Amino acid sequence: MLDVTTATVSDRKALRINPAKTCQPIGAMYAALGIHSCMPHSHGSQGCCSYHRSHLTRHFKEPVAATTSSFTEGTSVFGGMANLQQALVNIFSIYDPEVVAVHTTCLSEVIGDDIPTIIKKSREEGKIPDGKIVIHANTPSFVGSNVTGFSNMCTGIVSYLAEKSGLSNGSINIFPGWLDPSDMRELKRLADALTVPFTLCPDTSDVLDLPQTGVYEMYPKGGTPVASIKGMGDAIATLALGEFTAYPSAQKLLDMHAVPFEKLDAPIGLTNTDNYIDALRRLGDVEVPAWIDAERGRLLDVISDIGQYFHQVPVAIFGDPDMVVGLTRFAIELGLYPKYIFTGATGRAFETRIKELLGDKYPDTVVRHGADLFELHERIKGEPVKLIFGNTYGKYIARAEDIPLVRFGFPILDRVGHRMFPVVGYRGAMHLVEKISDALLNHRDRTCAEEWFELVQ
Amino acid sequence: MYSDTPTDVGEIDSIEGVSPEELREKMLDGLPSKTMRKRAKQILTNDPDTPPEIAANSRTVPGIMTQRGCTYAGCRGVVIGPIHDILHITHGPVGCGYYSWQTRRNLAKSPEGAANFLQYCMTTDMQEDHIVFGGEKRLAEAIREAYALFKPKAISVYSTCPVGLIGDDIHSVCRQAKEELGINVFGFSCEGYKGVSQSAGHHIANNGVFKHMIGLDDHPVEAAPFKINVLGEYNIGGDAWEIDTLLRKCGISVLATLSGGVTYDEITSCHQADLNVVMCHRSINYMAEMMETKFGIPWFKVNFIGAESTAKSLRKIAQFFDNKELKDRVEEVIAAEMAALRPVQTEIKARHKGKRAALFVGGSRAHHYQDLFADIGMETISAGYEFAHRDDYEGRHVLPSIKVDADSRNIEELHVDADPERFRPRLSPEAKAKLVANGFTFSDYRGMMSEMKKRALVIDDISHYELEKLIETWKPDIIGSGIKDKYIVEKMGVPCKQLHSYDYGGPYAAFTGAINFYREVDRMLSSKVWSYVVPPWVKARKPLAVAAAEDAA
Repeated sequence: MLDVTTATVSDRKALRINPAKTCQPIGAMYAALGIHSCMPHSHGSQGCCSYHRSHLTRHFKEPVAATTSSFTEGTSVFGGMANLQQALVNIFSIYDPEVVAVHTTCLSEVIGDDIPTIIKKSREEGKIPDGKIVIHANTPSFVGSNVTGFSNMCTGIVSYLAEKSGLSNGSINIFPGWLDPSDMRELKRLADALTVPFTLCPDTSDVLDLPQTGVYEMYPKGGTPVASIKGMGDAIATLALGEFTAYPSAQKLLDMHAVPFEKLDAPIGLTNTDNYIDALRRLGDVEVPAWIDAERGRLLDVISDIGQYFHQVPVAIFGDPDMVVGLTRFAIELGLYPKYIFTGATGRAFETRIKELLGDKYPDTVVRHGADLFELHERIKGEPVKLIFGNTYGKYIARAEDIPLVRFGFPILDRVGHRMFPVVGYRGAMHLVEKISDALLNHRDRTCAEEWFELVQ
Repeated sequence: MYSDTPTDVGEIDSIEGVSPEELREKMLDGLPSKTMRKRAKQILTNDPDTPPEIAANSRTVPGIMTQRGCTYAGCRGVVIGPIHDILHITHGPVGCGYYSWQTRRNLAKSPEGAANFLQYCMTTDMQEDHIVFGGEKRLAEAIREAYALFKPKAISVYSTCPVGLIGDDIHSVCRQAKEELGINVFGFSCEGYKGVSQSAGHHIANNGVFKHMIGLDDHPVEAAPFKINVLGEYNIGGDAWEIDTLLRKCGISVLATLSGGVTYDEITSCHQADLNVVMCHRSINYMAEMMETKFGIPWFKVNFIGAESTAKSLRKIAQFFDNKELKDRVEEVIAAEMAALRPVQTEIKARHKGKRAALFVGGSRAHHYQDLFADIGMETISAGYEFAHRDDYEGRHVLPSIKVDADSRNIEELHVDADPERFRPRLSPEAKAKLVANGFTFSDYRGMMSEMKKRALVIDDISHYELEKLIETWKPDIIGSGIKDKYIVEKMGVPCKQLHSYDYGGPYAAFTGAINFYREVDRMLSSKVWSYVVPPWVKARKPLAVAAAEDAA
């Protein structure tokens, strides 16, 4: 397994090996699925749409509806307007969504298709039925990464749809960033508990975690309704849960409609969840119900019960930056020793934030942005860790080095837990504690000498 | 005596009270008129005797939710990607390389001590600067870095959409790298927008493999009496290994499988084979033709999917070599394999005979898998390819009448001549004439339609909308399709078997594979999951009308 990799960190300037990121459009497609009755549309070659749908489907094991402009060589020469216009006619008449959310690809970006002009022209020519909405985001694949694409579509949603009537609706906008449906569901459960009126946007719960009913619905009940998105300009504040995938759209809403925002780290682990709950309490001016104290207490209790096995255990964490930032704080809370903290996305803000969290207690921790899994593996070969947190692609390193992997982030292509159990909130943290302790102790049970194989732990 | 003469396949009348013609109308009805006119040429009721003309390999209408991917996917993903001891570098933004990394189940086992390069995904991860100022330097540097780390025998480079637009000359970069590094380095201009589907990528891949790999190594391969290549078999779920094992049992040596589980050296020396047999006609027929023209290797179509088809294919190969010992050995192997298979087949057939399947996949699987279903008495009521051409539907005899459109013209047709030294006809004209006189066909594929029932619905490049109509109306018992459709179909309460990835099961090829498939279909069709959809309290609920009547009383 990965037999060529050595303990020497190679000096590479041009070759990316085993990326820890992918390109923008998949993020835009995922964000658009979090609007109710929305068809994501990929303006480019068919392959982009096919790859993104396939990948999202493999992660969620759910139908992922999205359409494509099906570019050909001719389109690449003459521009994509005719294709997009024809696509809009077909989408509205055959699939009948409320919203079409167009995102670009490297191809249409290099050609220079002007999407707002095409939308305007299509509207004038009656190709967009009255009452139907078309929004867009520019998501060139040669800039940023999948998280940029998610963020750009979130900003597009705000730009096109958020309105301000001048009357406050007393509501809080929660911009969750790129989380799984199970996480979105958990964020809503906690916000509901505080009885704060809120709009979660985007919201992929009840879109990509559907029950088996024997009926297929292209637009299931979930997704943030357009009416709620319109009302976001009248909210009292926005909570942006992540620098990379939530903050830019919160900033946009501030710029457009002067809605103030608070930026928090993804609510993974104890303190990050405390911050989420407490922000809702302050902004909504409400009391936190006692059962949340108890839920929090149960998390603390389990940490104190099992914490001995986590103490100073060196771990590697890789993934999308907001998720990694959230998890790093929790790893520190648990007593783990974050040895390698990697993201494939580029952004100095990542390193800065991680270094703030680490303080001066982890002098040899390697923090890398814009890095890849080949380098992570090289470093692990040099100085090993006892646990890896990351997406499914981490399984190759895990097997090569016999290190347990706790699947975390996107994509998880080979297990099902993430579809049901959140990683955010106290319950998510408890779920992570279980996964971490299972991974460490299962490995110990499998590898320790027989005389040290113990019944009780 | 082996014969390719077709047998009567029967007819489909009405299913669930709806005739094929009525269902076709229903599918077309909801479409905008321009789209409807186009789709009408791609949704047909079958006639096995004189297959109607189908508008295959035409552009997908923008906005239609299609199964199709792109040229890059067909080239790098399907045909070349499986070669596991060369490096594959995708020149472009990160996504294309990332998505083609281990997502297609072309399994490979490296020899002891050698690395499996398929575990490494390599891309130039182009950034905005490279788009603006050109990416050739970055590509050259990436090739150097890859060589320094991996020391491969060969490096293969793939262009993605923006590379074609900005005009990077990957071929000259590859030529220079070849000179500099002293290894084989070659490129594929397989930008996603070329052609109308993956199919264009297959053709580009065939051309490149033929130009840059085939025939490079004339060192004699191991002496064996019956040496063949299996073309168009990609070792999904271990199929190629299954086929290889079976052929070896019969005494037939496989020099190379193109390209499942194959090594560079196997490809460069495989022109020494006596015969090419073709599994996936769509993706590799170009190679079979070019190798015949240049080296004199005859080819014919086989199908190792399905027990009956596997037996038929083995007999055809034995007939080709016309060797008594081989023929006897093949019959012994078939008898032994069938003896093991029959009890399973009989048991499962008893449970599922008469059930209905619909298959929408690939460029040959929608045809091949009909045979597996037929083994257990199931009928295929509708089928279609994702990216095939007319010849895959109607048979190769239509090739001269296929109009070359603007999209196909983009793809180079290599001009191939007989190799002055290495061309060697494998059969004497007399031996060939004798075989043909007895019903043996060479260089032919009869297509899917001639083997499907009369009036079965043939749907090319099926859209999500049409699939939904099919399921609602004809209520098939099982669908064979891909990942993008799978959960749509299953949400509708119909089991869906992924025929690209096999749902991570398999192998399904040859006899052992057939047993695996029967058992898998049995599991899916016997699943209780669908019967639990309605909770007991909902079952207990009175229908609203009954409750209202009781209230009124």
